[in-house]
Amino acid sequence: METYTLIVLTLAATIRVAAPLLLAALAGMFSERSGVIDLGLEGKMLGAAFAAAAVSAVTGSAWAGLGAGIATAVALAGLIAFACVTMRGNQVVAAMAVNFIVAGLGPTLGLAWFGLGGQTPQLDAPGQRFTAIVWPWAERARETPLPGLLYAELLSGHNLIVYFAAALVPASAWVFYRTRFGLRLRAVGENPLAVDTAGISVVGLRYQAVVISGVLCGVAGTYLSIAASAGFVRDMTAGKGYLALAALIFGKWKPWPTLGACLLFAFTDALAARLQGVALPLVGAIPVQFILALPYVLTVLLLAGFVGKAEAPKAIGVPYAKEK
Amino acid sequence: MSAPAKLPRWTEFGLLPAINLVAALLLSGVIVKLIGESPWAALKLMLDGSLGSQDGIGYTLYYATNFIFTGLAVAVAYHAGLFNIGAEGQAYVGGLGAGLVCLGLGDWPFWAVLPLAVAAGAVFGAAWAFIPAWLQAKRGSHIVITTIMFNFIGSALMTYLLVNVLIKPGQQSPETREFAPNAFMPAIHELLAKVGITFAPTPFNFAFVLALAAAAFVWVFVWRTRWGYALRVVGENPAAAVYAGIRPPRVIVGAMLLSGALAGCLGLNELMGSQHRIVIDFPGGAGFVGIAVALMGRNHPVGIVIAAVLFGALAQGGSQLSFDMPKINRDMVVVIQGLVILFCGALENLFRAPLALLLARRRKPDAGD
Amino acid sequence: MSGEPDAPPALELRGIDKRFGAVHANRAVSLAVARGSVHGLIGENGAGKSTLMNIVYGFHPADAGEIFVRGRRVHIHRPHDAIAAGIGMVHQHFMLVENFTVLENVVLGVEGSRLLAGGLARARTELERLARDHGLEVPHDATIENLPVGLQQRVEILKALFRGAEILILDEPTAVLTPQEADALFRMLGQLRAQGKTVILVTHKLREIMAITDRVTVMRQGAVVAEVDTRATSPRDLAEKMVGRAVLLQVEKKAAQPGEVLLKVNDLEVRDRFGVSRVKGASFELRAGEIVGVAGVSGNGQSELLEALAGIRAPSRGEIWWAGRDLVRESVGARERRILGLAHVPEDRLRMGVVAKFSAQENAILGYHNDSTYNRGWLLNRAAIFADCEKKMADFDVRPPNPRLRFSGFSGGNQQKLVLAREIEHEPRVLLVGQPTRGVDIGAIEFIHRRLVALRDAGKALLVVSVELDEILGLADRILVMAGGEIVGEVPRAEATEEKIGLMMAGVREEGRR
Repeated sequence: METYTLIVLTLAATIRVAAPLLLAALAGMFSERSGVIDLGLEGKMLGAAFAAAAVSAVTGSAWAGLGAGIATAVALAGLIAFACVTMRGNQVVAAMAVNFIVAGLGPTLGLAWFGLGGQTPQLDAPGQRFTAIVWPWAERARETPLPGLLYAELLSGHNLIVYFAAALVPASAWVFYRTRFGLRLRAVGENPLAVDTAGISVVGLRYQAVVISGVLCGVAGTYLSIAASAGFVRDMTAGKGYLALAALIFGKWKPWPTLGACLLFAFTDALAARLQGVALPLVGAIPVQFILALPYVLTVLLLAGFVGKAEAPKAIGVPYAKEK
Repeated sequence: MSAPAKLPRWTEFGLLPAINLVAALLLSGVIVKLIGESPWAALKLMLDGSLGSQDGIGYTLYYATNFIFTGLAVAVAYHAGLFNIGAEGQAYVGGLGAGLVCLGLGDWPFWAVLPLAVAAGAVFGAAWAFIPAWLQAKRGSHIVITTIMFNFIGSALMTYLLVNVLIKPGQQSPETREFAPNAFMPAIHELLAKVGITFAPTPFNFAFVLALAAAAFVWVFVWRTRWGYALRVVGENPAAAVYAGIRPPRVIVGAMLLSGALAGCLGLNELMGSQHRIVIDFPGGAGFVGIAVALMGRNHPVGIVIAAVLFGALAQGGSQLSFDMPKINRDMVVVIQGLVILFCGALENLFRAPLALLLARRRKPDAGD
Repeated sequence: MSGEPDAPPALELRGIDKRFGAVHANRAVSLAVARGSVHGLIGENGAGKSTLMNIVYGFHPADAGEIFVRGRRVHIHRPHDAIAAGIGMVHQHFMLVENFTVLENVVLGVEGSRLLAGGLARARTELERLARDHGLEVPHDATIENLPVGLQQRVEILKALFRGAEILILDEPTAVLTPQEADALFRMLGQLRAQGKTVILVTHKLREIMAITDRVTVMRQGAVVAEVDTRATSPRDLAEKMVGRAVLLQVEKKAAQPGEVLLKVNDLEVRDRFGVSRVKGASFELRAGEIVGVAGVSGNGQSELLEALAGIRAPSRGEIWWAGRDLVRESVGARERRILGLAHVPEDRLRMGVVAKFSAQENAILGYHNDSTYNRGWLLNRAAIFADCEKKMADFDVRPPNPRLRFSGFSGGNQQKLVLAREIEHEPRVLLVGQPTRGVDIGAIEFIHRRLVALRDAGKALLVVSVELDEILGLADRILVMAGGEIVGEVPRAEATEEKIGLMMAGVREEGRR
């Protein structure tokens, strides 16, 4: 029974950790499926996290914070798109530049506006955060064995953004495979020439994809600062943007496998916390750093072709040139 | 938009980077203004703090040493057509190599320890670059992603080692014991004192000289040897390389090994010259600054040294600034670095066309406007 | 032939003119294609046929001229307009998304509604109808990358028909097809004609023109030189018009004195990176003191042959003998081949023969950079490299004679002379040359030709590949003709005439050659 509780709690933690990863990974999916590398996930999330926390602190409204987060991420996405698509700049460099700028700008503005060493003020007033949504009878269900705990901990008690992220998986699958927009988006990442010949604007599609990526990154960043925590802290994304990219690659740029990858990576994170110092049979205590490094190692193995083939969208990373 | 306009050499390598830098600084000034401080005062404080005193210059050059190593690393890979984002991890693991030599051979004389430490740093750094290089050459795995992954893996590895294996017994903070004095890199102010010149005590040390030597080596290697020639051919035109009988996979791996080795020398400055022990996260972002330095320095050793000194001044000046202006902290430096990467890297074509236009007009004043 | 005699032509072009920089691709081209017919457009490479059709389909705007569809003037600025006018095009390189299904490819761009389900269902019905009416069967849910090339092409045709094309342009459709697939295609085209569709077949293969077209237009060097009923002409006639009686560039040379065999090729098969066989069982010899010319329309395997001989691409079968060694079996690479004395001037110098951003002197050592002449210990011997480049520039009259100048700053002719100088001045025993005078001005052409002959007279063997028949006829002592990846003829210069070579280039075999 103890083990069962432990497992359920770990899984619940997994879901909470996976939510921002999933949002960022899906954001990257839209962008990369259209042919634009999305190395800027980290910066967009961080920027959104700062904006959301700052605005929520000032206005007292989590929803205003969400709006600010989304707007910031979209603006950053637009900047990257401008540098890459219009100025034909290098996609990698543009993304890394934005990541840097945001990493520095957040704490700088935070210090200037709030004077707390770079953080935003603690969000403890009601309405400033997205809090847990408890489903009906959850407290009573907790007492009933097995399924009750599942209901109380695993399904109920997450905040709105987590449920949104979960719903996003079937939603993006639907958009990709059942709508006209999804068909064209996938096409432009594989063979932009075919799309151009069919009379559709390649640039237009790519800008749309980048904006969607911005929106989802905005939600992801907002989650980090005003749902999972109570404010913005320097470098709070801690590489989650790159981890999301790794999950995307591991999930072969498809919605459901990406969900699986995010859950897997998040699980290793939750597991690391639980297993610290715990001696396992045969192996002894696994160093926590090994577990934390696991998602990255898995991604390298995947890219090396040892865990199946990962075929990126064919036209990814190549600026589309109309001249023949 | 068609192919970027052609600019004469002096513009391409002198004026354009300067304009990009000015643009980055102007935008930073705007941000400073937004925060409520005076951009001019800030600039003055930064210049003063970095170049206005011996103390400042010492620190500036000490920071610059790190950036020279990582900048060279990024540049060498770039000439082979590769984006090495992994200099941070390669510097980190490279420092492990140099540090282990210092810990193990502390009772040997310095002039015996030094070459071994250099070799170890280079070998460890190269080793950390090997797998991403091999995967790109043989499997086509995108080196940008693999090097980013290896940064994280390297960080986890080093944390593990410093917390569990190398930690000085009986202490809390994850770092090794101090090196024996024979393994200290001589500080410049100490060397100058020996010839009767007084200089403010700073971490500025002999590794700077090694960094300059590395820059000279890179210059000779890339532009004056047949291997450097082959490297550049692969980077510019892989099809021509194949035509010439050069084997791109070999060159790719070789270039990355050299790149990793250069990054791995960062430990000589930071660990042997300043910290005198292996500490957590000692590269402190130098690997990424190296990207900015390489871009600004147009991937040429002379430009890299100049850009590295500039970024060193930025780091030191920013440090000083955060002391004197409470509203600004060291994060502002990161913002400026990011803006430089943005303008020198991603938006480099922004000013290219207008500049070309301007120069064309000035050359033909009688063409009748 | 269907269609009322007085009906306006399905497609009419008047005075279409197009330049690309200095190249005059289309010179006031006028053309009329009758409804319900299959019209052939034939010409050599560079004749302007593809440019013309790309204009009709809206990829480039014409500089001048008008386009009429069924008697009405149309303005075509992009493919969208062409499609709206009922024009469809099947390109040589398919515009398909490889990992989409047939249905998804057909529907891309004309889905009909936001949600795919409806559009796909509509497409399915329509495709079934097209299959019934025209015999164009394709498995609707198969993924493109799993289909053979012939079926992929069929999907391209279906795409056009799905969008309501009444005029179908096919650009070199049989380039990627097996003979059986080609026959199936022709049957299909016949059926389309029977249904009242108009087909324009752009090709350089005489066999196809004779087999399926009703009328044929011949283009040469950007202009229309003839338009005839297919019944009223013959392959010989067409070949003559295609190749023309251009002035032969006479090269002064003595008779050849062929000596020992320096290179012997046996049953060579070379595949491209998709695994398609591009050189199918080539066998020939190169003798000292002889220039062997390889004639043929571009894309018939000459490039792959050169690459295999130079050591850049490994053949999948066959032997290359050099002084008793099989270079293939011993996997002798490009670098070692140069050391042995086998030099190579590539067809596309900018793409693979030089590094455009490097200076002239740095390009002058490409491929030879490990030589002891250019190195002193660990370092490159800059003085020697500079002096060497100066000498090359003097010997080959390269202007301006500045070794430090960036390579892209030289004119085409001077660039080519420098590449030639590089390969020749290392005194190879065998020289492979691809398109020696591509992008080169008249003065330099003469110079280059003289140098090649001088090399021959010095007892070297040369293999010259060129799409310019005049150049082959001027330089070669012996001519090999390649078509469809095979050597379809070998003719001594004395017996070679334009018509004979032209016929072979177009795929008509020499008697006695299997």
